Amino acid sequence: MATIQHDVIIIGGGLAGMRAAHEALTQGGDVAMISKIYPTRSHSAAAQGGMQAALTEEDSWESHAYDTVKGSDYLGDQDAIEILCREGVDDIIAMERMGVIFNRDESGKIDARAFGGTSAKRTCFVADQTGQALLHVMWEQLLRLGLKTYDEWFVTDLLVENNRCVGSVAMQISTGQLHLVRAKATVLCTGGAGHIYAPSTNGLAVTADGLGMAYRAGASLMDMEGVQHHPTTLKSNGVLITEGARGEGAYLLNSKGERFMENYAPNMLELASRDVVSRAETTEILEGRGVDGTVFIDLRHLGRELITTKLAQIYELARDYANCNVIEEPLPIQPGYHYLMGGIKTDVDGRTWDVSGNNKWKGVEALFAAGETANVSVHGGNRLGGNSLLDTVVFGRRTGAGAVEYAKSVDYGEISEASVKDTEARIKSLFDRPDGVRSATLRREMGAAMNDGIAVFRNEESMNIALQKVRALKEKLPEVSLHNSGRIFNTDLLAYFELENMMDVAEAIALSALSRKESRGAHARTDFPDRDDENWLKHTLATKGNSGPEISYLPVTITKWEPTVRSY
Amino acid sequence: MQANLKIQRYDPEVGEEPRYDSHQLDLPEYATVLDALLQIRDDVDGSLAMRASCRSAICGSCSMRINGEARLACKTLIANIVQVEGAEVTIEPMGNMPVVKDLVVDMSMFWDKVQKIQPGLLPKTPEPEREFIVSNDSMLDLATALNCIMCGACVSDCTVLEVDKEFIGPAALAKAYRFSNDPRDNATDLRLDLYSQENYIWSCTRCFQCVQVCPKDVAPMEKIMSLRKQTIEAGHTNNPGTRHTQAFADSIRKTGRLDEIRLTVKAFGITNITAMIQLIPIGWRAFRHKKMPHLLPKSISSIKNVRRIMDKLGNE
Repeated sequence: MATIQHDVIIIGGGLAGMRAAHEALTQGGDVAMISKIYPTRSHSAAAQGGMQAALTEEDSWESHAYDTVKGSDYLGDQDAIEILCREGVDDIIAMERMGVIFNRDESGKIDARAFGGTSAKRTCFVADQTGQALLHVMWEQLLRLGLKTYDEWFVTDLLVENNRCVGSVAMQISTGQLHLVRAKATVLCTGGAGHIYAPSTNGLAVTADGLGMAYRAGASLMDMEGVQHHPTTLKSNGVLITEGARGEGAYLLNSKGERFMENYAPNMLELASRDVVSRAETTEILEGRGVDGTVFIDLRHLGRELITTKLAQIYELARDYANCNVIEEPLPIQPGYHYLMGGIKTDVDGRTWDVSGNNKWKGVEALFAAGETANVSVHGGNRLGGNSLLDTVVFGRRTGAGAVEYAKSVDYGEISEASVKDTEARIKSLFDRPDGVRSATLRREMGAAMNDGIAVFRNEESMNIALQKVRALKEKLPEVSLHNSGRIFNTDLLAYFELENMMDVAEAIALSALSRKESRGAHARTDFPDRDDENWLKHTLATKGNSGPEISYLPVTITKWEPTVRSY
Repeated sequence: MQANLKIQRYDPEVGEEPRYDSHQLDLPEYATVLDALLQIRDDVDGSLAMRASCRSAICGSCSMRINGEARLACKTLIANIVQVEGAEVTIEPMGNMPVVKDLVVDMSMFWDKVQKIQPGLLPKTPEPEREFIVSNDSMLDLATALNCIMCGACVSDCTVLEVDKEFIGPAALAKAYRFSNDPRDNATDLRLDLYSQENYIWSCTRCFQCVQVCPKDVAPMEKIMSLRKQTIEAGHTNNPGTRHTQAFADSIRKTGRLDEIRLTVKAFGITNITAMIQLIPIGWRAFRHKKMPHLLPKSISSIKNVRRIMDKLGNE
């Protein structure tokens, strides 16, 4: 049996995974990183607008934290938010020291731009490709440090013995060979759930793998109803147009040419929180002031020079995918699926289990998570733009350190080779299936159902329809057949495993959303339009039961900021 | 919109020679080559192997040869190709790298070469308490190299790599530029010494192919030329590349002609006995085919004008 073994195994090579690996490595840990795509291909590269932190003297981390708490609609855990905003300052400086070429102000210091829902200009940026700039620099440093990586390896399952994660099963994609992966600590940094929805701003590789595996292994998925629709995405293919465009001063216009945000967020206008702007756009479109399901973002007054330097990427994206020259004409956009606030419940050191021993939530010992796949709850009901990159580096770092520390205190767990044989048998049976339905067909139907039922606005009926549809599709999984029974680079097989992960997570999203009978952040119910702090100032937990997800609740941690009315 | 995709297929498990599959597709107006390939993979033939993720030209996964030229499938609109190059679109894997399956190539050589240029900023000491204070222009200059998404298109179509697998290649050297020009880096001199060695910056033949195919306007060749200038200015001149360049200029200044014999001898160094001995058979073959350059080339009649031009260029 082919086996690999490291004290700390990080699954996922995006910014959170790389930052965790960097920290684990610099602390002298025996660490390796497994990624199903080459690490620089990770979707962190697609983050455009920037990364928040209060770097200037006029600003403060407390102000950043308050904006984040308010943005979360008071669902974020304030102890975690304090860590994010306080430690994030040094983390940005550390990234600069590693080589990130942040845009500078006239004095040569790191420059910042305005972003939605923030009271100060504190979003540091590298033009409109900040994620790529961060990801590549982190990767350069990992090359320098000599991190052991298993690139283009796909993890099919986590291995759990006595509620402790002892490793995983992974397939080397280029050969199709399965390996037993032994680890004292396993860290999931596998990103979000992008293709549960269609359209989506996310890359094709973002398929809820870590979320699905952790859920099946017994971890809790928290606040899964928190699904963020980004206000500015292209209609043709769902590709993202950065919030940085509005940060630099772009307007949103309806079909009458009105800056409609005046009616929804008279103070912050286009720079209100994403949930607020997406709802405003959707209302405009539903009330007949859109064009073909879109409204417009207008950059013309920003001028050619600003657009071609600070917003160069979106200038190209609009030209290539919408045939629109944003220097001369407004660009049609619509809200589109972008980010999952929900994720695997962790503490502030990335641990998915309750170390106090009180079992306040269900978790899996030795299993860690960071980044979009985790929910340490800094985003709550709605994430502020510029806070996800910060989340990946702050909690990636803390989780890497936490995993190394934990690994020092334990031995390798007992692991059974039978699990690899089970996976092998599963693959063989998939190859032997008679001609049936394509996994892509089920994926598209799931994407449409989720987008129809649990989008910017939702209600009991729409969510129930989505849930029933997802469950019906899940029952069709045994009918999926493959076109390819070869072992070398079999992406048809991977698509099936990915679909299984997405279906489990889609069901958890639908049930969590149905359970929360109020509106909070991005969870906007037309049948319960108000926030209800008395009954719902609590997290939703979805865990795997015998017949699907079971829902329970956990209190929100409040330190400094009591919930008040949220307006922009 | 109608298009006919002709896709190169190869499956090592079947072991046959590569073949071409044709697919007649009806596509939306703004369909990219990637959209077309995904349609085929999703619904028609799931055995088609390829890499793709972001769909917006930032992850660098989906480079492949489209009508013979390395491009990103997600950035290439079918309509644009069909308009200019005809309704049949030929899709093949990238060049200069071994094919794993269908459109997937083994990029390990590519990544190994990036590793060789010694990536990773080594910050100047003593490190400042906060960020380094540097000009925005110096960061923007690096951005032209950092725009590289490591897609491999330049390496695929590099004409030097076609004949010399040891060449570090355009992508890795564009990254090299990013380090040796970073005002915060502490190892510039060591880097320039490394980059001026054999197989690095002096192996480029300036064919412009990497500039032509790069989907992110990195212009690797310009970065390589800039590195050459930088290494010479920093005094890293004791290498065949620099000597070749110097001998080239000397020869033109002296006679207005290329004195190939002296050029070769100077580039390798007259004291480099091994290289001198290796040159003998080449010289003999040239002599036999009456291609031996003149031992004492005469100056061209307008040599003064040539020198005047060179003086002017030298002053700039």
